[in-house]
Formats: sequence, structure tokens, C-alpha cells
Amino acid sequence: MTAPNHKWRKFKSGFMQVIAFGCAILVLLPLVLVFEHTISQGFSSINWDFFTKLPKAVGETGGGMANAIVGTFILIGEAALVGVPIGVLGGVYLSEYGGSRLNWWIRFAADVLNGVPSITWGIVVYALLVVPMHGPSALAGGIVLGMMMVPLIMRTTEEVLQLVPGGYREASLALGITKWQTIVQIVLRTALKGIVTGVLLAVARVAGETAPLLFTAFGNLGWTHSLKEPVAAMPLVIFNYAISPYEDWHRVAWAGAFVLLMLMLTINISVRFLTRDRFSRIQAEVIKRHPNN
Amino acid sequence: MQSTPAHSFLSAAPALTVRKLSIYFGQNKVLKEVSIDVSAKAVTAIIGPSGCGKSTFLRALNRMHELTPEARMDGEIRLFGEDIYARHVEPVIVRRRVGMVFQKSNPFPTMSIAENVTVGLRLNGLRDRKLLAERTEESLQMAALWNEVKDRLNAPAISLSGGQQQRLCIARALAVRPEVLLMDEPASALDPLATQKIEDLIIDLKKDYTIVIVTHNMQQAARISDFTAFFYLGNLVEFGQTAKIFTNPANKQTEDYVTGRFG
Repeated sequence: MTAPNHKWRKFKSGFMQVIAFGCAILVLLPLVLVFEHTISQGFSSINWDFFTKLPKAVGETGGGMANAIVGTFILIGEAALVGVPIGVLGGVYLSEYGGSRLNWWIRFAADVLNGVPSITWGIVVYALLVVPMHGPSALAGGIVLGMMMVPLIMRTTEEVLQLVPGGYREASLALGITKWQTIVQIVLRTALKGIVTGVLLAVARVAGETAPLLFTAFGNLGWTHSLKEPVAAMPLVIFNYAISPYEDWHRVAWAGAFVLLMLMLTINISVRFLTRDRFSRIQAEVIKRHPNN
Repeated sequence: MQSTPAHSFLSAAPALTVRKLSIYFGQNKVLKEVSIDVSAKAVTAIIGPSGCGKSTFLRALNRMHELTPEARMDGEIRLFGEDIYARHVEPVIVRRRVGMVFQKSNPFPTMSIAENVTVGLRLNGLRDRKLLAERTEESLQMAALWNEVKDRLNAPAISLSGGQQQRLCIARALAVRPEVLLMDEPASALDPLATQKIEDLIIDLKKDYTIVIVTHNMQQAARISDFTAFFYLGNLVEFGQTAKIFTNPANKQTEDYVTGRFG
């Protein structure tokens, strides 16, 4: 039996499939545009000087952003020092300890923090740290990025710890291993790849932040010799150069954008690699053997 | 229908004396005034239909039930005369003396075979490599796994078959040298051959260990245990020598259950 409007319905179904496919392809378009532009504009401006030289004054050609590249890594390092321990331990608390009501509030707070606009983080750290220290600093810049990483890492850590089957915890506790040792040696070890993945994604997220650095790290035309001094960062330099009227600076900005993009790409590929490698194999194994968990 | 009093048929001093043990989960009383003497160096089987409290009883013997939120207990459990619920006694210490093997084999996936065996020792501070190696071999021998894995001790534990993994879990529990070994349906997820290996192993282990095993499999209880306790709806209905429970039970419910008329 065929419904009377069978052909029309079949057409609609096929049509909607094409539309959906088209929308899915549209997701790729911005990515292609971003790559096309940064590579075509940026790649040609990349040279050895870009990585090794300080910025030149206006009018002089050449120069690079060695200080900003180093600055970005300093900021990421500081941010990780702040964000990783707090985020991971917070995630451990949510997953392994904690009453459900308090947990609800912590999760809620973390989710709200994840949605706080990055410029807001910048203002808050400006008021709390930059004003009392009488000036912007690498310290303030690292802390603001670290604070942004905390809720991200906390939630991903909690999620991957929840994927570790309860049977491993029980087996460990039944051996007379203390709860803390169980968490560190059994639970965290089992979920390590997932936690590293979460940390890398958080790094990728903050490494390209510009707004919160505007009044915290501020930028620096030279090298930074102490964490109390302002520090240059790639996104800041790109911002400043891109809005300048000088053609030469525009080229450096494109080169910076290209390098930053490559950094993100590297991180994302590492994440793919990590998640397809052992962690997911262990997960698959676990799920296969514990269909009820 | 109340708890059976202590039994006089035990000759040697019991490993565990349980008196008027009740366990509550919130408002729910899942175990009702159970009293039992568990003989040392013998196998005691706990049987009963699902939900009868047998696993809860087992987990109370090494305080694992405390991991369940809102769990509460009444009564007394003594391990060779010592009250394991006394105020100063840490659950961690109790669990080192009363080991446990679970229904699902659960070797740690990040560790090798050898690391799994010694994990309880290492995380309790034992560092001596020679001693760890000795214990690895000794425990794997006891768990009847040594010959199968001695050439690949550093292979990942999850590369073993299901039955081997369960024997690895037994080796892991034995490595900390507990006085009592609790087993919660250790063979229920295994094929008949692997099950038989585990059963042979249990019979072998009772030379040195006190074993309490929860099982759904009546034939298994009859084959491997010296004493059998039948639980129903949180009550200990009958407890006695296995031969008597299976051939001449005193209680009608026990008879119905062991003959397969209900449960």
C-alpha cells in the first residue's frame, strides 16, 4: 500500500536532508575562510625575524614579535599553574566528595563562570590586582587567564572522573587503600588522558584571549624581566597592529594570527590524538566489560 | 522469624562472630538482627533470592557498606574477638584484614598484571622490590594464575581473559594477606570452565583462609562450602553445615529454596 501523497512526502524528506547537509557544510565555511585568509596573508610575512626579533618602531621595516610569543607562553604557564590544580582538585571534589546540594551550587557557579564575558574577567582582575599593584603585570595577566581556566577544567575533570566505573574505587578501597590514594592512584590515573584533554582545551581557549589581557598584561614593546612588569602577548600585538594604520604592522599582525592559529591547531590535533589513543580504548574496554555501568 | 542463635557445631574458634547485625539504608531495614559464627579456614556460603540482604551482609563484614550514603548498622561484628566497628578502628585497617572479590572482575586498566597484584601493598607503603616480586609470585600461585602469566607480568591486566581477570583480582586481594576473604558472586559472570577454575581455587584456598562467598548458584554452594546460610527478606532463616542444609533443612522455606521451588 502506498499512501496517496507518497511521492510528495518522499520528496520533502529528501529535500530536508539536502538542506541539513547544506547547513552542516556551512559550518566548515568559516573555518575554510579563516584558514584561507591567515595562511595567504600571514604565511608570506613569516620569517626568522618574526620569531627572534623585537618589534621595530613605526617606519622601520622588519622586526618580529619574539617578546609576544614568549609572553604568551609565560601567560599560559602562569594560567596553568593557577587553573590546573584548582580546576582538577575542584573536579575531584565534585566527583568524589561533596554533598549533592553543595555540588549543585558549585556546578551552577562553574557553568555561570564559563559564560562570563572575558572582558568582565579582565575588569575584575584589574580592580582586584592591577589597581593595588599600581600597574598592569604579567602576574595579573596570568591570573586572569588562570581564573578563566578553572571552571572549564573543573567541569571536564568531573565529567571524565564520573566515567571511571565505581567498581575500581570499590576494588581499591576493599584492598585497604585510603580514599585519597584511591583517588590519586586509581581514579585520576584511569582518567588521566581525559583530564589532560580538558586542560589542553582550556589552554586553547584562553591562549587566544585578548580582552581580559587589555588591562591586566597590557602589552610590552620589549622583553619582560619580572612578573610584575607588563608583558606582551600575541593576541594583544595582533590587536594593536591590526588597528594601526601601517601596512608593515598589518603584515606582522597577519603573521601573528597565523602562528596563533597553528598553536590552536596543534592543541586540537593533540587532543584528537589523545582521545583516540589509549583513553578511549580503555573507555571502550570498560564499557564493553561493564555494560550496566 | 528471628535470628538464629549462635551455633554449637563449630569446633574451632570462629573467625567472625556476628551478633544481632541490622543494616539500614535510610528508613529501609535490609538486614534484621542476624547472628552467625563464621568458621575459620572454612568456606561459608550465603544463599538466598535477590534482595534478601546477602550482599549487604557480606559488605558489612569489611565495612564496605559504609560507602553507601545513609547506611547505618546496629549490632556487633568481631574479627577473631576484635570489634571491627569499635570507635578507634579505621575501616581501612578492617579492609586490609578482610579482603573482597567482586562479581565483576575489575583489574585496574592502567596497570600491568604485576602492578595489579601488588597495588594494595605499594599504596600502603611497601617499596622493597624483592619483597614485591616475591608476593607477586606467591599471590599468583595461590590464585592459580602464575603459570599462565609468568612470562608476561608486565602486560596490561585488561589483556587477560575474563576468568583470568577474576583470578587476578583474587591474587590482588590475597597479596595483602587478609585473614578473611569475602567473595560476592565471583563466578557469576564467567563461563563454566572459568567457573570451575574459581571453584577449585576456593576449595584450595580454605586451607589458609576463611572464605565467605555469596552465590546465586545452589550447586556451587553445595560443591564448595562447608557451611551455608540461607537469607530471606533480610532474615537469616537457617544456618548450618552445608550437607544438612541441602539434604535435611530444618526450615520449610530453606527446603523450598534449595530444591528450587521458589527464588
